[in-house]
Amino acid sequence: MTLSVTTPSLTASSGATHPMADAWRRQTSLRRFYTVLGVGLLLAAMFASMWFADEANAGHFFDRLPHILDFLSWLVPKHWNDVWRALFDIASPHDTGTQEYNFPLGRVYVWGGFYIPEYFELMLTTVNVALVSTFIGFTFAVPFSFIAARNLTPHPALRLIVKRFMELLRAFPEIVIAGLFAAIVSIGPIAAIIAIGLHSIGALGKLFYEINENIDMRAEEGLRAVGANWFERVRFADLPQVLPNFMSYTLLRVEINVRASTIIGAVGGGGIGEELKLSISRGFGAKTLALVLLLFTTIFIIDQFSAWLRRKLVGEQAFMMGA
Amino acid sequence: MTTMTAEEILSIEERYPQVFRRPLYKRFAPLFLFVGILTYLIYVLWFFSLPQVLRESHWERLPLFLTQWISYDLQPEFRLDQPEITPKYPRFSALGENPNPDWVIRNPDGTFTVLIDGPAKSVTFDKAQATIVANGETVPVALSSGKPVISGPVPDWITAHDDEVVAKMGFVGEVRVTVDRVKVRKRFLGWANFVFDTRSPFFGKSAGEVVSLIVSGPELKPGTSNLALAGDNIWNNAQWQHGDVWTKLLQTIVMAFLGTLLGGIVAFPLAFFAARNITPSGVLSQVLKRFFDFMRSVDMLIWALFFTRAFGPGPLAGSAAIFFTEIGTLGKTYSEALENIDDKPREGVLSTGANGLLVQRYGVMPEVIPVFISQTLYQWESNTRGATIIGAVGAGGIGLKLWEAMRTNSNWANVFYMVLLILLVVFIFDNISNFLRRRLSRTIHDYNRLQAEHG
Repeated sequence: MTLSVTTPSLTASSGATHPMADAWRRQTSLRRFYTVLGVGLLLAAMFASMWFADEANAGHFFDRLPHILDFLSWLVPKHWNDVWRALFDIASPHDTGTQEYNFPLGRVYVWGGFYIPEYFELMLTTVNVALVSTFIGFTFAVPFSFIAARNLTPHPALRLIVKRFMELLRAFPEIVIAGLFAAIVSIGPIAAIIAIGLHSIGALGKLFYEINENIDMRAEEGLRAVGANWFERVRFADLPQVLPNFMSYTLLRVEINVRASTIIGAVGGGGIGEELKLSISRGFGAKTLALVLLLFTTIFIIDQFSAWLRRKLVGEQAFMMGA
Repeated sequence: MTTMTAEEILSIEERYPQVFRRPLYKRFAPLFLFVGILTYLIYVLWFFSLPQVLRESHWERLPLFLTQWISYDLQPEFRLDQPEITPKYPRFSALGENPNPDWVIRNPDGTFTVLIDGPAKSVTFDKAQATIVANGETVPVALSSGKPVISGPVPDWITAHDDEVVAKMGFVGEVRVTVDRVKVRKRFLGWANFVFDTRSPFFGKSAGEVVSLIVSGPELKPGTSNLALAGDNIWNNAQWQHGDVWTKLLQTIVMAFLGTLLGGIVAFPLAFFAARNITPSGVLSQVLKRFFDFMRSVDMLIWALFFTRAFGPGPLAGSAAIFFTEIGTLGKTYSEALENIDDKPREGVLSTGANGLLVQRYGVMPEVIPVFISQTLYQWESNTRGATIIGAVGAGGIGLKLWEAMRTNSNWANVFYMVLLILLVVFIFDNISNFLRRRLSRTIHDYNRLQAEHG
């Protein structure tokens, strides 16, 4: 018996191509066509967006471009020490009687003659808003996340309701919640806490239930075998497993909330954001620099501290998770 | 099951001292944590002077505002001190210029009846007497003695002031009676004049009438087709400002799109120079990484404030602010993705003698492009959600419009309309981005699976 082996040759002789090579070439050219089409559409959308943004803006891009760094010129203080003087509320030799060099807000006396400049207190307000709203977010997100996790939920219908509710909390514009509560509890940090807190519930809840869905179910099964009810299972089998990861995400949230609290502050939520907005819009250079410096330092300290804490809690894997 | 003897317990304790005799601070760590948090919360209570804020807050306004999101009211007023009682409606009332609603009835005997919720909740009055009917009770108010006097017992839904009697009827409205006027507030579910405002020639017409006018009616405004007129009237609706709202919404979308895309375009080449395994220079990598950190940590708000000063308020400033923040965020995530790649394909391409650019193109890009796109899509989604808020500081988009509508405390229906649109947009964009990312991760997944199968 003879074995006949036919080997297809991809490149046939005398210029005629093999059907397989043709098919491959067709496929690549089609793929290339789609890529070019996709990139073309994206570029078209980009230029259309640029044109639209430019049309709707108060100043046009190319008109303003030569002046783009103008705003930096007023940022330069007459004397660099003015930044420190502004930060610590010490009278500046350049004082012109306006608010440009001296903070008008004054001092907060803590004990006798010992004072902290009001700007530190405003920063403290912003940080406290962030901390409290993260606390609110954590407190509610933990139970919600166990209800919303596919593998742990007490009831599928309840799971869907909680999931949708958290989605709504996440997508609902923070500024509307802040505005609504500003009308009720008056403009100030409390409205900001409620707005950021509600948003945090939704944001943390989503991250938490994704962690919950990835847990090892054996501990849960063990407790189920001895007849533990839902609360007992969650408390003794699931919570210890996920708590380090929960803490890690919560610490990340603190950082995000400090920024959110600054932004809400800028539209009337109190804290440093409001002062910063006023200072920039009025063009107080030294003051703006002082505030940015203060904000920058605070965010840096919080970032570093929470990174350290996160590393202690969950080890290096804390940094492998998506942003 | 066997019971343990005391000796056995002791021996276990001796064998595992780290479990039974842990240091004090570890044993009481949860307690310390709890006390710490409690102390902090008490401090915060004092710091924000929460009791005082709660005492001065107006929680009764919450249901009021929330009902205003989904309803509107009409406030006819009847002057009794004129020779003849005539209903007056406020200017820009939702009823248009010649209101003649069927719930205000001129009785044959000269009295007026206003039906607030059918005859069960209504008020009938002439110059001498008003009769308020609600909750199954009929309360006559005499008006002839210089101040309103209720004869008989006063039910708890009526408040009698010196010169005014206020009857609250719940959601449907209220009646205020003084000797010289009767004010009615009647509340309707829904949004008034959502399509055509009162100045429009189409105002007050049913959908069928409007359609037949557009299709075959005579020109209402000479020189313009009825279709164009209707479109113009809807777009420029004075009360709902559809045109303005939709333009501002588009601005918000554009800001998120442009900022994320441009951020990605700029971060893309920089990330290669920041990734430690690709760049030859460690200094360059460090400089770029710190630059990314700086762009991220100077908040989007600060960028927005600076750019509104540079460009003037508008979406250009917002796009630029998102653009700058995204350089930091995407630069960081891109360079991290690059540092996590498998080096083998790169070495393979390098061994063929390809130059640096070709190595990146054929050795690195196929591996990271799906991750890059996925991360960019995620940022796009998150920026769409977040871009409303920087609008409120003047960076363009719907944020400022929302904030202004809320500050007046009267346009809650408008606020809700905008919120619904934002939620819709966020929902659609989330789904698009999720769909694309799932497709991409499937590609990545398939790729990994194939790699695993082929060793």
